[in-house]
Amino acid sequence: MYVAVKGGERAIDNAHAWLAEERRGDAAVDELTLDQIREQLALTVARVMAEGSLYDPDLAALAIKQARGDLIEAVFLVRAYRTTLPRFGASEPVDTGEMACDRRISATFKDAPGGQVLGPTFDYTHRLLDFKLAADGEAPATPQGEAGDATAPHITAFLGDEGLIQDEPESDATPPDLTREPMELPADRPLRLQALTRADEGFLLGLAYSTQRGYARNHAFVGELRIGAVVVEMEIPELGFAIELGEITLTECETVNQFTGSKTEPPQFTRGYGLVFGQTERKAISMALVDRALRWKELGEDDQGAPAQDEEFVLMHADNIQATGFLEHIKLPHYVDFQSELELVRKLRRAAQRDETPPEEAAE
Amino acid sequence: MAEAAEQTERNRWMSLLAKAPAEEVTQRWEALGGDPEFTVLRAPEVGGVMVRGRAGATGAPFNLGEMTVTRCSVRLSCGTVGHAYVQGRDKGHARRAALADALMQTDRAGEVRAALLAPIEALLDGRRQARAARAAATKVDFFTMARGED
Repeated sequence: MYVAVKGGERAIDNAHAWLAEERRGDAAVDELTLDQIREQLALTVARVMAEGSLYDPDLAALAIKQARGDLIEAVFLVRAYRTTLPRFGASEPVDTGEMACDRRISATFKDAPGGQVLGPTFDYTHRLLDFKLAADGEAPATPQGEAGDATAPHITAFLGDEGLIQDEPESDATPPDLTREPMELPADRPLRLQALTRADEGFLLGLAYSTQRGYARNHAFVGELRIGAVVVEMEIPELGFAIELGEITLTECETVNQFTGSKTEPPQFTRGYGLVFGQTERKAISMALVDRALRWKELGEDDQGAPAQDEEFVLMHADNIQATGFLEHIKLPHYVDFQSELELVRKLRRAAQRDETPPEEAAE
Repeated sequence: MAEAAEQTERNRWMSLLAKAPAEEVTQRWEALGGDPEFTVLRAPEVGGVMVRGRAGATGAPFNLGEMTVTRCSVRLSCGTVGHAYVQGRDKGHARRAALADALMQTDRAGEVRAALLAPIEALLDGRRQARAARAAATKVDFFTMARGED
């Protein structure tokens, strides 16, 4: 029997009013502005843009404020907003070779043309809490160097010139879009990359780490990691030519992995690829490792039964909004479902009790 | 040929207007004397553009995620049509960019270039150079230590 339940409106309204008050915190403390969040919590903003799959730092800052810093809740808000936007079109593929790099390092070539540029990195810090920041947050003057005009070439291109690394054949194929059509498996690489770039950072990090520990080990080197700004171009239908729509910050990671080869082809390195909105280095490296692990079929490798090789396992569980939606719904009222379970378990217990009763007693 | 050059010119100023910070456009617009007479062909509309990347930087395209873009189209009283697609969600920015695109096709082009486009270009160049100079200061100079066995 279906029982409609109503009620709780007043409690819900009051809960939301209290939520707003708690969000604000102690009113004697200055309120956070969106500018402060965008400028001073930039890596949080980057993460919300990447997993929310929408590049807009102001919106991400608003979502973070509204969600009281709960990042998955903030991603949820951004995703929900995204669905209300009309789609004007798709950009030309961005040219990361033309990136204005803040950071660009290679773990494989010390003397890479263009040099090793560390950028604003946490690397080589001592990870000691800086109590000066608690007192005042004034930044020291930043040293400046002589900037050349040249953009840095991709390091994998040097290996490619010698045929030492597997080629990435260019194409103009229209990629599948999981925001328009439900994801279908098996997924081709463009669909996998879309799912991975918006995936939960923690989930990808765990999977990537598992490949390093031996679950589908493919021995990755970071051939190159770069962070910087690229322009986004789109062909404008009413003009008939492409213009730049804006500039976005991206993090790109190219891994160089161990060999493949066959009777017809000599051994060569293989690749994994990560490209993520914002300054999101851990995520981009994780994405490249998981991308590489998922390529086992096309590279003719063995299925080792490792989680990172299992396309369905990875792609169907990487989205934190899907995951949290299903996970959190079980806390919402299930009174009627539960009533029927309760009935059932009582019935089973009655039956079990009858079976356990000795026959002579039952006869009485 | 002349058409191609004109298109390149227009592409350049539209791209600049798209990347310009909205508040910068607003401020400089007032200095230009504000909106000329115009009719709206397409009211400012906020939407998304799917940004694409390429697998391995050079391979097959894939969908990276969307960015917010606002577009607008206007017609000046002289009949010149202007379009804009600008980054972000600022409708005023899109309207002013569309008006600037239209004015750049009229005899007020020089004025718009001097008061709006040139300062914005300088601002963006300055910002880019400031970051590039900071990045350059973090470039690693390796030196090899003398090896013991040699």
